[in-house]
Order: sequence, then structure tokens, then C-alpha cells
Amino acid sequence: MVNKDYSQVLTKIDMIAEKIYNDFEETKIPYLNLPTRTKANIKFDDKLSVWKYGKGSTERNAKSLDGAYMILRTMYMADFIKEMIKVKKSSTLREMYYISEGWDLAKFHSQDESNLLAEDLEIITSCMREDFKLRPEEDGARVIGNLTIEEMTRNNTKKKIHCQDDIGDAGYSIPYNVEKEKITIKGCDADFIVAIETGGMFDRLVENGFDKSSRAVLVHLKGQPARSTRRFIKRLSTEKNLPVLVFTDCDPWSYRIFASVAYGAIKTAHISEYLATPESQYLGVTPSDIENYELPTDTLTTEDIGALKSELTDPRFQDNFWKGEIKLQLKLGKKSEQQALAKYGLDYVTDTYLPEKLSEMGITKK
Amino acid sequence: MSQITAEELAKKQKEISVAEFFERNKHILGFGNQTRALITSVKEGVDNSLDATEEANILPDIYVEIKNHEDGECKIIVEDNGPGIIKQQIPHIFGRLLYGSHFHSIRQSRGQQGIGISAVVLYGQLTTGKHAKITSKIEPDRPAIITDLVIDTNKNRAEIINTDTIHWDKQNGTRVEVSIIADFKRGKKYVYDYLQSTSIVNPHARITYKEPDGTVHIFERTAEQLPQKAEEIKPHPYGVELGTLIKIAKNTKARQLNSFLKTEFSSMGDRTSNAVIEKAGLEKNINPKNMTREQFLALHKTFKEIKIMAPSTDCLSPIGETLIKRSLKNETQEISPEFIITASRPPSVHSGNPFQVEVGLVYGGNLPKEEQVKILRFANRIPLLYQQGDCLITQAISSIDWRRYGLNQPSGKGIPTGPAIFMAHISSTQIPYTSESKEAIADVEEIEDEVKLAFRECARKVQKHINKKVNRVKTREKFDLITKILPEIAKKSAHMLDKPVPSLDPIITKIMDVVWIEDVVEYEKVGRKPVQTTLASEGVEKPRENVITKSKIMVVNYKRNSQKFNLYAIIPKDAIVGTVTPKPSKITSNYIKWSFDSIQPANKVDINFELAGLEKGDFDENDLYVENINPAYVIGADKWEGD
Repeated sequence: MVNKDYSQVLTKIDMIAEKIYNDFEETKIPYLNLPTRTKANIKFDDKLSVWKYGKGSTERNAKSLDGAYMILRTMYMADFIKEMIKVKKSSTLREMYYISEGWDLAKFHSQDESNLLAEDLEIITSCMREDFKLRPEEDGARVIGNLTIEEMTRNNTKKKIHCQDDIGDAGYSIPYNVEKEKITIKGCDADFIVAIETGGMFDRLVENGFDKSSRAVLVHLKGQPARSTRRFIKRLSTEKNLPVLVFTDCDPWSYRIFASVAYGAIKTAHISEYLATPESQYLGVTPSDIENYELPTDTLTTEDIGALKSELTDPRFQDNFWKGEIKLQLKLGKKSEQQALAKYGLDYVTDTYLPEKLSEMGITKK
Repeated sequence: MSQITAEELAKKQKEISVAEFFERNKHILGFGNQTRALITSVKEGVDNSLDATEEANILPDIYVEIKNHEDGECKIIVEDNGPGIIKQQIPHIFGRLLYGSHFHSIRQSRGQQGIGISAVVLYGQLTTGKHAKITSKIEPDRPAIITDLVIDTNKNRAEIINTDTIHWDKQNGTRVEVSIIADFKRGKKYVYDYLQSTSIVNPHARITYKEPDGTVHIFERTAEQLPQKAEEIKPHPYGVELGTLIKIAKNTKARQLNSFLKTEFSSMGDRTSNAVIEKAGLEKNINPKNMTREQFLALHKTFKEIKIMAPSTDCLSPIGETLIKRSLKNETQEISPEFIITASRPPSVHSGNPFQVEVGLVYGGNLPKEEQVKILRFANRIPLLYQQGDCLITQAISSIDWRRYGLNQPSGKGIPTGPAIFMAHISSTQIPYTSESKEAIADVEEIEDEVKLAFRECARKVQKHINKKVNRVKTREKFDLITKILPEIAKKSAHMLDKPVPSLDPIITKIMDVVWIEDVVEYEKVGRKPVQTTLASEGVEKPRENVITKSKIMVVNYKRNSQKFNLYAIIPKDAIVGTVTPKPSKITSNYIKWSFDSIQPANKVDINFELAGLEKGDFDENDLYVENINPAYVIGADKWEGD
């Protein structure tokens, strides 16, 4: 097992119990303060260049039934985490939801409730979910590139993995915990990271040997990326000083994938500085590409148009690049996919499109 | 063509018999078709019996039976436990049209035109050719007299076919048997509805109904007291018609106009009489018998221009809220409604005629949710079965927005849809019907306003009931909070830190920060022997259950300091107060009052009291009020607004 010092986590968890206990002792109505987790309470942190929760906060107190239930559940969850740390186990969020069945009054009515509370607990303790030995259902996505990772296995031995030579074509699978006690990034000989939305395009680049020919680390995002994927990209980019290029479909939902990689997501704004990579750049497919490369398209749906318009007022999309591209897309009324590039042949993306785009962005020189 | 002289015409006019009169007006008289004829016949018989028993101070026990023959002939039997009718009167009551005791008096009564039971006899005779059979017994130790009669339609007089004396097991009473042509198949439902409705507004009556197939329905009595007797009053000047005014003047014993006004009309004192006479430009000492038409016209016109005190209203005999509620409860047992709410208005006056409005609302249970609400309309304890749309009661209900009281009503107008029954009873010395068939009440502004006010009051009570329910849920939540969740939080935090469980009391008073009043009403049955058996031959009297209502109120001070206040529990008018603990500071016919000098924080007071003389359902929940405390600090009671 991973040998991490959990004493700090334990102290922080006990602080919640102490806070509530002291409220009783001082005849105060027990309460917990939490930042308001809505879009309206997200502010850009200039120092960290990511989006964090603002000053808005909500008090959950035992005056109301809901507040009292929340406090009671928080206590149960905290106690459960303490217990897991003691017996050196971890559980998935889903397992915890089922375990709560035995918590009597404190049991959850849906997994959304327990997931949200786990996030609340992160905020209250300023710990991360990983510290609580809670992991998501799905693990991170895949990586292929010229880099070596040292992973602490379950046998408590360190194992070095080269992400080209030691793995199959599916790539290295990113574990749910990518913190230092679990993985170390040893050597890396690459020029940039390409984070790819779809599995189809990831496999295309792998088959075409783009990682080798262009000295790239390829990361599959699997749609809206998991925490560990974002954390992995963040660590790799920071530790090895590599630029990050996000390569997605050309539609409003894909732009949001980019935003969560680059700026942080609303749900996890309390740990944006751990998860977001502000230096990330959007590679494509852009609405301009639709015109320039004459790509096959689909018509924008009403939902697409609504999402694009809402992005026009989203503070995260306020620079000239995004404003220009979104307006262009609304004018075109079209969207396109990464794999539409196959119109010009299977090698077109690696031989023509990516080299041209990378050179345009100043990542490679022609 | 030879000219017909006036003499000849007059001869012809005389010959118009009551049979012709009946034939020409049968739609007005309620015999327009075979279904209507059936119901009207039952109705006239039952009304007659109700009037007879009440006048003799007897609790009515009425037996209705219908025998149906293949050829559309129905035999209708109505029997009562009334005083009976003396032999000489029988031909007048059953064998003459337009003969009755109600005709000239001004007071609240069922029939107002005296067409009555004789019309049924005539209809039967005209359609089946059969005579009516009347059995009457006036004293326990005398035999009953049985009379077979028909109406001589030319003379409007009874023709006795046969008369005899027989033995009848009854103490006293009257039995009428008439054969008529009627459509029982179609009328079946209406007869049942009519009898059920009649039972609702006549809670003191017990009605047994035997259908042709032998099915027996018993509409049980829910009140042991006769309604207050309607007093006769003199006409009020506002309501008198010119013709009536002239007629009264012709018959008066007064020899001067001013004494005529004072003695023959209500609400006329010296001052008002003189003011009327002066304004009409008349002399106060003229003899009313010698007045000209113009003088009467001036007098009649002036009546409307002078402010005259409203007539006294004690001539009315309303049913009363408790009895309406009890009746509705009894008749809707199978529906098991969620609640029954009643409201009654103080007496008021339309065109010099006193009237009073009482309404009730039954909600929930098994009532159909997708249908229009059922409207039960009553006038002077008579159900109105037809022309619902033309009736003022329907219009008043339709004009109220019922949407926020759990009913559907597109655009907030019209008859609402939902699981409810609306009931309205109007008592008056003069019900303004839309037509002679007396099925709908005409659009009289004063009455419509009162009906609306009554239903609005009902709606407010519904709202109060809903609020109380919501409040109770909230209170229940708080209770869960302080009794379950909070102790659990304390326990868990103590467990995690390995410390003793902290004390909760101060936090509980802080969280609740109210005085909490919760009531539980229970019933305890007390067995009692059957009270009376009046109609030995039909059905067995069910032993009536008497119950003692036990009420328990819990008062807990969840405020941080000691509390001093007064608590009032409203009790129904008919209730008899039994044991009360702790000792109340006052008991009146309306409420019990307790004065609490100091209830310490987190302390509890249990109040118990017993009420007798009520039936289960008369008292579902306590109506509690507090005084000398900020009502915002109290859950479970409202602010006391005074007696």
C-alpha cells in the first residue's frame, strides 16, 4: 500500500468533530460554513490564473432539518474516512454511498448527495478526495509518449513504466491517484502534450506514430476529463515544462472540455490550482478550420446555439480568439468533428493538419 | 257565427274545473313528466309528514314505500308518526286543491302555496283512475280511521268513497297511499337523492325508504331535538305588495291609518308610521277601509323611501352548524371525507323578508376528483333538485375563485372541479323562486351577497385547515430534529473525539425558540341503552352510540426564559364540559381558559379535558388561542381576538 502520512488529514477531520462539539459546549447552534458552489460565485484568480470560488458562502446549521442532516452526514462521512485510514483501505464513491445504507438517519438518498458531500468535505478540510481514500468510479484515461513513470504498485514495490516501450497500443492507464506517493515522472523526452477528446482520434495518432515522429505525449481525455487526467496533465506540464495543446471536436461542448483543462470546473473550483493547466492552448478543430480545410459539417442544433451564446457571456471565453471563433461558428451555423479530417485520407491529420496548426501556433518550426 | 254573450262566457268560465286547471298547469306544479311526477308525489307526501310531526312537537319518523307495477303504475305510500288528522279534516286536506294552513301566515315554512298533497291525489286519480287511501290515528287508545276518497273536479271537493275504522299498531300517525302513473326506472336515483338531501337538512328526522325490489334505506336521525319553531310575524312594509296592502286594509280592525300601520306591520312604531303618512301626503286619522287606490299607491311608494328598521329575524329556523356538520358527516360516511366545514351567516333581510344562509363543504375522501363538485341546494329545509344553473346559489359558488383551495376552476370562475360537495341552505319567510315550480332561487342581490360571504368564510376555514396541516408537518420536522438528529450529531462528535456526550437542552430551546402547543383529540365510547323506539313496525332502532370526547393538549416551553400566558380552547356550543386538568381559570359556553403564571424553559404542561354531548366527528381538532404572549413565539395556537 501507499505509505502516506495521513496524520494531517486525520487532524483536519477531527477539527470538524471538534468544531461541532465545541458549538454544543458553548451552547451555539452547530453550523458549518461553505463557499457557495454556483456559477455566480466563481472568480478568476489572477495569481493562479484559474477560476476559484468567490467570497459567497453558505452557512449550514442545525436550525433546519436539511442543515442538521447535512451536519450529521458530514460527521458520519468523516468518521468513515478516519476508519478507512486506520485500516488502510480505500473505497469508491459508489461504495461509500452503499455503505451509508447502514448509517441509519444519516444515510444518503442518492449518490449525487454523497458525491456532493465528499466535495464539501474537501472544501471544509482543504484536503483532496484522494486524501480521504475515496476514488471515482472511472479511472483516468490513457497516455502514450516518450516518458517514464514510476508507479507504486499494490505490492508496495516501485515499478518503472516507459510509456512507449513497456505498454501496448492502448497506452498507459492513468490511475485514480496521481499524487507523488503514487507516481513519479522520471524521464521525459518530448516537445509538447496533445490532449485529445475522442478515442478514435487518439488511436489514429498512435497508429500513425505521431508521438514518435513529432516528439509528442498523447493523452486521451475521454470526453469531459476525470480529475486524475487533469491532475496528470497539470503535473507533467509543470514538472517537465511542456506546452499543452487541446485537440477536440468543433462544437460548444468541446470548448467546455478545453475550459475545464485550462481554467478549472465550477464543481471543483476549490482545487482548481491542482487540476487546471492555465498554459493550455486550444489547437482545434476551430470554426475557422471548417472554412480553411473545407471540412464536412453538421448543422448546429438549438441546444448548440444556446450553448454558444452562453459561452459568449461566460467570463472564461472573453478573449478575442474565442469571441471571434464563436461568432464565426454562429454565422456558419455549422459544427464538425475531429475525425472529419479523414475526408482527405487517414494520414492527413498527422501529415498535414497537425504540422500546419502546430507551426501556426509557434510550437514547431517548419 | 252567432255572438256569444258575456253571460254565456261567464258560465263557461265557471265550469273550468280544478282538473282543467291542473292539466294546464301541471308543469308548474311539478307533474310535467312521469319522472317529475314521481318525485313531486314523494316530496309532497314527505313535506306534509314533516310539517305535521314538527307542528305537534314529535320527532319525525317517516316511512316511504314505492311499489312499481309493470304497466308504469306506481303506488306511493308515505307514513308518519304525526298527530294524525281528525275525520272531518281529511276530505279538506286530501280532497281540495289550494287548501292549507300555511297560505296566509308569514313565516318560514316548507310549502308556500298549499298545492300540496291534494295535487298528488288528483294526479293519481287523473292518470290511474284509482282513489287515494288515507289512514289516520289521532290517539293511542282509539282505532284508526281509513278513508278512500277522490276529488270531485268540478266542485274542488272531496268525494268519500268509503270510510271505516281499523286497528293500527301505531300510537298515532297518518298513512297516505296513492297510485300514479310514473317512471320509476328513471326517477329511482332522484327519489333516493331527494330523500338523502331531505335527511341532511332535517337532522331530527328519520326516514326509511323501501324500494320496489325490497331494498330498504334508512336515513338515520342525527339530532334528538326538533328545530326551533318558526314564529309567525307580521309583514314588513318593504316586502308587501300593493294588492296585499289593500287586502290587509280591507280586513283590518284598525280605524285610523296610523294605528293600522302600527298593528298590521312589523317594525312600525309611532315615529316611522307618522313619517310615512306625512311623506305620502296623507292624514293619519283617515280610515284605511275608505282609502282610494291612489292613496294606497302613495303609501306603498313611500314605504320604499323611508328608512324602516329591519324586521325581527327570530321567525327563522336555521339548522345550525353543528347539526349540518353532523348530517353531512352521517351521509358521507362511505366517502370518508378529509374534512367537513360549515359556516353560517347572521340573519339578514331582502325586501322586508328575513332570511338566513348556512353553508357546508365536504372535501376529499373517495369523492371523484375529475368531476364538477356536487352542489346541494336547499330552501326552507327542502332540497332543490332541478334548474341548478339558474339558481343564485350556483351563481354565488361560481363567482368565487376556488383554485387556491385545492379545486380546479379554469380562469377562476364557474363551477369548480374536484373532490368536494357544496351545500347551501337558505331559510326565509319568503324564498324568491325564479318560477312557480320552485326549483331555483332568483337573483336577489342581498341573498347572493350573503351566500358568497358564507362560502368565503368556508373557504377561509379550509385555508386555515390547510395551514394547520402544513404547520403540523413543520412542527413534526422540528420535533424530529431535536429528538433524533441533534442527539445523533452530539453523540457522533463525542464518539470521534472520545469525549462525553454534551448536554443538548440549551441548544434545543435555542433552535426551537417557541412555545409549542400540540393537541390530540380522542374519543371514548360510553355505552347507553337505546333511547326510543317510535316506529315499531319498520326496522329496528339502532342503539345510538354516545361518546365522550377526550382532549389532550401538550404545552412545552422551548423558549429560553420562563413564560406567562393565557390559553383558550374553543368548545362547541352543545358540549358539556367534564373533568378538566389543570384547573382552568374560566369556563364559558364557548371556551375553556387556562392562565399559566410561569412555565420554565424545557418544561411541559399536559392539559386534559372531557366533553360530553357530542358525537364523534363533531370535534376533530382543538381550536386553540393564546393571549398575553407574542403569537409569533407560539406554534399550534393563534392570537386570541377576544370573546
